[in-house]
Amino acid sequence: MKSILLNRLMQAVMVAWGVGTLTFIFMRTLPGDMAYRIAAGRYGQDNVTAEAAELVRQELNLDVSPWLAYLNWLWDLVQLNFGTSLISGAPVIHEVQHQLGHSLGLAFVAILLSAIIAFPLGVLSGMRVGGLFDRCLLIISALLRAQPVFVIGLLLILLFAVNWRIFPVAGFGTPAHIVLPALALALVLASVSSRVIRDSTHRVIHSSFYTFARVKGLSASQTFARHGLRNLSVPVVAFMGIQLVGLIEGIVMVESLFSWPGIGHGLAHAIFSRDVPMIQGTALMMGLIFVCLNTVIDIACYQLDPRGRLQ
Amino acid sequence: MSLVTLRLRPSQWVGAAMILSLLIFALLEAWLHSGHYAKQNLANYLMMPNVQEWLGTDQFGRSMMARMGSAIRLSFLLSFFCVLTSVLLGSFLGVMAGWYGGWIDRVLNWVVNILMALPGLILVLLLAAILPGSFLMLYFAISLVLWLEYYRVVRALTQVAVSSPQMEASRQLGFGRFYLFKRHIWPSLQSSVLTLAAFGAANSILALASLGFIYVGLQPPVAELGLMVVELLPYFDEAPWILMQPLVAIFMLVLGFNLLAGKAK
Repeated sequence: MKSILLNRLMQAVMVAWGVGTLTFIFMRTLPGDMAYRIAAGRYGQDNVTAEAAELVRQELNLDVSPWLAYLNWLWDLVQLNFGTSLISGAPVIHEVQHQLGHSLGLAFVAILLSAIIAFPLGVLSGMRVGGLFDRCLLIISALLRAQPVFVIGLLLILLFAVNWRIFPVAGFGTPAHIVLPALALALVLASVSSRVIRDSTHRVIHSSFYTFARVKGLSASQTFARHGLRNLSVPVVAFMGIQLVGLIEGIVMVESLFSWPGIGHGLAHAIFSRDVPMIQGTALMMGLIFVCLNTVIDIACYQLDPRGRLQ
Repeated sequence: MSLVTLRLRPSQWVGAAMILSLLIFALLEAWLHSGHYAKQNLANYLMMPNVQEWLGTDQFGRSMMARMGSAIRLSFLLSFFCVLTSVLLGSFLGVMAGWYGGWIDRVLNWVVNILMALPGLILVLLLAAILPGSFLMLYFAISLVLWLEYYRVVRALTQVAVSSPQMEASRQLGFGRFYLFKRHIWPSLQSSVLTLAAFGAANSILALASLGFIYVGLQPPVAELGLMVVELLPYFDEAPWILMQPLVAIFMLVLGFNLLAGKAK
């Protein structure tokens, strides 16, 4: 348990260092003089004079060597001092906090929805591998996997929002707004995880311990509840860890598509407008969400399956 | 004995056929069609397909035939270079790490762990942001993420092959390194490397289109599938036929490569 947490902590440090370094390089490669740019961010584009830029340069020590600047940059990062957005002028930390809630909400609903879709379908097709239902599901999942998540989102918009007008096209506010983005993410997640659940179910119900439980007189549903469920969920939960990459990447795409005011949308926007402090804050937050969810899954695996604990 | 033995299942043939047909379309378009992907003609605003323009025209009257051909060539080109780079790099380093172990293994694992700490697309986004609209940067960023998968799989397979009694016997008989690699390691790698290559191609096409879609990848007027989807989206009502083209192309490319890859492990 301790080693799991230690590993994930190392990963979080790596994320911070990687994001910090990349954004530092980015900051250095932006055209123009940094002092002028920051002065413009503070006082407005029209009020920038050479004196104002010089004051900023003095105040922020912008004359130091690149290596020292790099160390300062990382030191600011360690203190969670992300600076202010070059565009809106608001502190990055406030914007990111605001976005974080929206992204976590979307991720939570998407995971829940994908579990609701994938679990029954996966178990049903795993009960009868090679059957008609199983083969239909295979084709649907292959078709879904062949689309980028934004195409699925787009098709959902065209169908449910433009054609039938059941859900709003984009934006947020009412509970109805979360349905389409969460469904787009959930379909992508479910297309893969339903296959994993199917394989896992197939393996469990054909194992000797499962047959033995039936032979000793448990009913089909009792056997499934006591010996099936937990065993088949171990690989499924472990696989969620692999899927998280897809979830985080999907969040960036889906939030941009549906104008969902979360971190992914913030990141894409910041990159488009070359707002380096915002890029750093949002990318760091994305990475940290990734690490946190991974930790949750590690712990869930640890709790579900005592067999893996020795390693 | 050929170095690579190919035995395809029916679904893999379907995948290969889809990819081949798109490739032929893209090449024939470059060879025979005289349109240019960025040449505007506002008189031809959103034309339906006709005798001159088989695929119609977009909102600037640009030939969709030329744009689709150019975009598909771009996707193929990028995925080809990304996959080639990551197969070579990932396989070479994976074999080195799995075979020799020791400090090579430790250093490489350290590098891989750093790169895997961030989700792939975020890393690609950050790198692409440094040089916006640069094909080379996209190639570098996508390859950087893609080779990790090869490295991990090849390293694991090599470790198994190296510790096998057969390899030990060959080694004690005094065979050279190249023979050991060709006779014992490569046969256990080849099917996985080819499967991963097809998946890698699908993933790099997806990454390119995704970046284009959120306006971070290549910039207009370049014809790129993801970018075309965003550009044509406002005209969905007037010309759904035009919007469908890049969507279908992405779908066919990714499905084709996924089918070619065969069963996912």
